[in-house]
Amino acid sequence: MLSCKEVNRLCSEEQDRKLSLSERINLRMHLAICKACTNFRDQMRFLRSATRRYREGQRGPADD
Amino acid sequence: MNDTAAGRIDWNDPSLAKIRRDMLRFAQLQLRDAGAAEDMVQEALFSAMKYEASFAGRSALKTWMFSILRNKIVDHIRKSSREIAGADLVAGSAEDGDDFDALFDERGHWNPEDRPPTWADPESSLSQQQFWDVFEACLDRLPPKTSRVFMMREFLDLDTDEICAELGISTSNCWVILHRARAGLRMCLDRDWFGQEQAPC
Repeated sequence: MLSCKEVNRLCSEEQDRKLSLSERINLRMHLAICKACTNFRDQMRFLRSATRRYREGQRGPADD
Repeated sequence: MNDTAAGRIDWNDPSLAKIRRDMLRFAQLQLRDAGAAEDMVQEALFSAMKYEASFAGRSALKTWMFSILRNKIVDHIRKSSREIAGADLVAGSAEDGDDFDALFDERGHWNPEDRPPTWADPESSLSQQQFWDVFEACLDRLPPKTSRVFMMREFLDLDTDEICAELGISTSNCWVILHRARAGLRMCLDRDWFGQEQAPC
C-alpha cells in the first residue's frame, strides 16, 4: 500500500508522465479509501485547469 | 471587442489597453523581470500588428494576443535559461522541500491538521476576479527557481524533457520541483482562498 506522501508525488507526476500500470493500480487503491488524497488529486487537476485558463488571458469574468 | 471581421483589428479600441496590462502582468509573473516583460509585450504587440491579417477572428482577440506573447516568452526563456545553473535549481528545491515533508508523519500519512480539505465548488472561483488576484499572489510567492520550472511546464506548455534539457537538470529532479510548486500553490490557495475544513483519511 502506498503512503499518502507517495500518492502525493504520483498525483503531481501523472500530469507530467504516463504512470506505469502498477502505479495506476496502487494509486486507485489508495484513493478509494483516502479522502484527503482524493481531495489533493482533485486540487492538482483544478490547478491544471486554472493555469490553462490563466495562460489564455481568461482571467476573471469574461471581459471580451 | 472588435474581433469579428477577419484581419481587421481596431488598434485604438480602449479594450486593448486592458489586454496590454494583462499581458504585462502575465509576462512579469513569468519572467520576474520588469524590463524583459515590457520588451516581450512590446514585441508581441508588434508581431500582432504585423500579422494582423492572420488573425481570423475565430478566437477572441485576447486569446490570440496571449498566444503570441507566450511564443515570445518561450523564445526568450530558451535563449536565457542556460544562464540559470542547474546546481542552483537543485539547491533551491532542497531548501523548501522540508516544508512539505513536515505535512506527513514518519509513516508518510498526512498529519491530521494538514489533510487537504474539500474545496467547495472550485470551478465557480474561476469566474471571480478576486480569485485570480489570490492566484497571482500565490504564484508570486513560489521560490523563484521553482516558479520558473512551473511556468515553463504549465504556462509555456514545455514538456519535462525539454525543461530538463534547457536547465541542465535530471528528469526526476524536474518532477520533484514541479511537485513542490503544485503543492505550494495548493497550500497557498487553500489558506488564502478556499479556507479550512479537514477531511478524514
